[in-house]
Amino acid sequence: MASNEEILAGLAEIVNEETGLAPEAVELDKSFTDDLDIDSISMMTIVVNAEEKFDVKIPDEEVKNLKTVGDAVSFIAAAQA
Amino acid sequence: MSTPTLKQTTPRNGSQILGIGAYRPDIIVTNDDVCQWIDSSDEWIQQRTGIVTRHRAPRETTVVDMAVGAGAEALAKAGIEASQIGAVLVSTVTHMYATPSAAALIADKLGASPAPAYDISAACAGYCYGIAQADALVRAGTAEYVLVIGVEKLSDVIDNHERTISFLLGDGAGAVVVGPSDEPGIGPTVWGSDGSKWDTIGMTHSLMDVRDFSEQAMKGDGVALAAADEAHSTLWPTLRQDGQTVFRWAVWEMAKMAKKALEAAGVTAADLGAFVPHQANMRIIDELAKQLKLPEHVIIARDIADAGNTSAASIPLATHRLLQENPELSGKLSLQIGFGAGLVFGAQVVRLP
Repeated sequence: MASNEEILAGLAEIVNEETGLAPEAVELDKSFTDDLDIDSISMMTIVVNAEEKFDVKIPDEEVKNLKTVGDAVSFIAAAQA
Repeated sequence: MSTPTLKQTTPRNGSQILGIGAYRPDIIVTNDDVCQWIDSSDEWIQQRTGIVTRHRAPRETTVVDMAVGAGAEALAKAGIEASQIGAVLVSTVTHMYATPSAAALIADKLGASPAPAYDISAACAGYCYGIAQADALVRAGTAEYVLVIGVEKLSDVIDNHERTISFLLGDGAGAVVVGPSDEPGIGPTVWGSDGSKWDTIGMTHSLMDVRDFSEQAMKGDGVALAAADEAHSTLWPTLRQDGQTVFRWAVWEMAKMAKKALEAAGVTAADLGAFVPHQANMRIIDELAKQLKLPEHVIIARDIADAGNTSAASIPLATHRLLQENPELSGKLSLQIGFGAGLVFGAQVVRLP
């Protein structure tokens, strides 16, 4: 099981790979759409890669609730627990 | 009295695609045209979808007109007379009659009557469904030559002002003749459906609603009509999709199915000359190619940039273009996979004509 810091670092890596954004720009309070300019298709790619990396299931209907990086970290941490 | 043993058709070893035809309508709709109807930009649309233009047909053109154009070219390329055709299969969701079929009229216009003819409703997977059936008909000895057509006039079922799907769509037709071959030219089809996602791509409302609306109009009930119009944005049913859910399924589920089709055919990605996925969105095509780890020599169809998403027509149209631009692909293997509303999918490896 990964710590929140590890989840954040892992997510930042996935976001970097999909969008080219610097990993340090991926902070807990950042909104995927408004701050990081991630569109719905990139978001899905990030979600699927996160599922694989953290061995969790993130259902389609849950994705729209993941507004910030922090939301995603919390969801993944809870799903791993 | 003993019951006589029934005679059966004589099976054949293999089937193959013998010739391919295409019909691309004349009207070119640019992203700037689209931006008159939705708040967007050429850059945004290209970045999100890879689409630069789409071809659309004028109001009076029907799927039958386009299918006849593509079918005639396929017959000519295959060197087969229409009278030799043993079945006409037409994949479409935009033939505007519940009955009779488009296929019967297309067969007649091409001179293929009295060949059996029927429509297939499998949306963007329709062409691959048609190839699966044509392969089975030819190998079972039920038909010698089968004309398979994928045709759509999606511009009849779009709402220019909505932004989930309409701006992606175009019109067109692609056709192939499938006939006997000594060596297998069509690999096993990996196909299926997932009706639990029935409502992720489809029409805003049913024809029963249209019946109710027209009854209200006959009674002069303008208030009810206006309310219905507001609820649906137009009384005429148009297409919608839940893009995110469909994208996820189209990439990660379909990558698995495409790999299965390779395995079923006993080949690997390295054996392919081309990859022709349904032209739904360039990002889906790119992501699928990435998941499949295609070697560099495999040419990937990217007809969507000019043609938009033409549903059942997209794979034969894209294949037709690949062969025009890369004639050396003739005789090489192509992995094709169609996926869409249903949800339904079909994939197979074929030898290019």
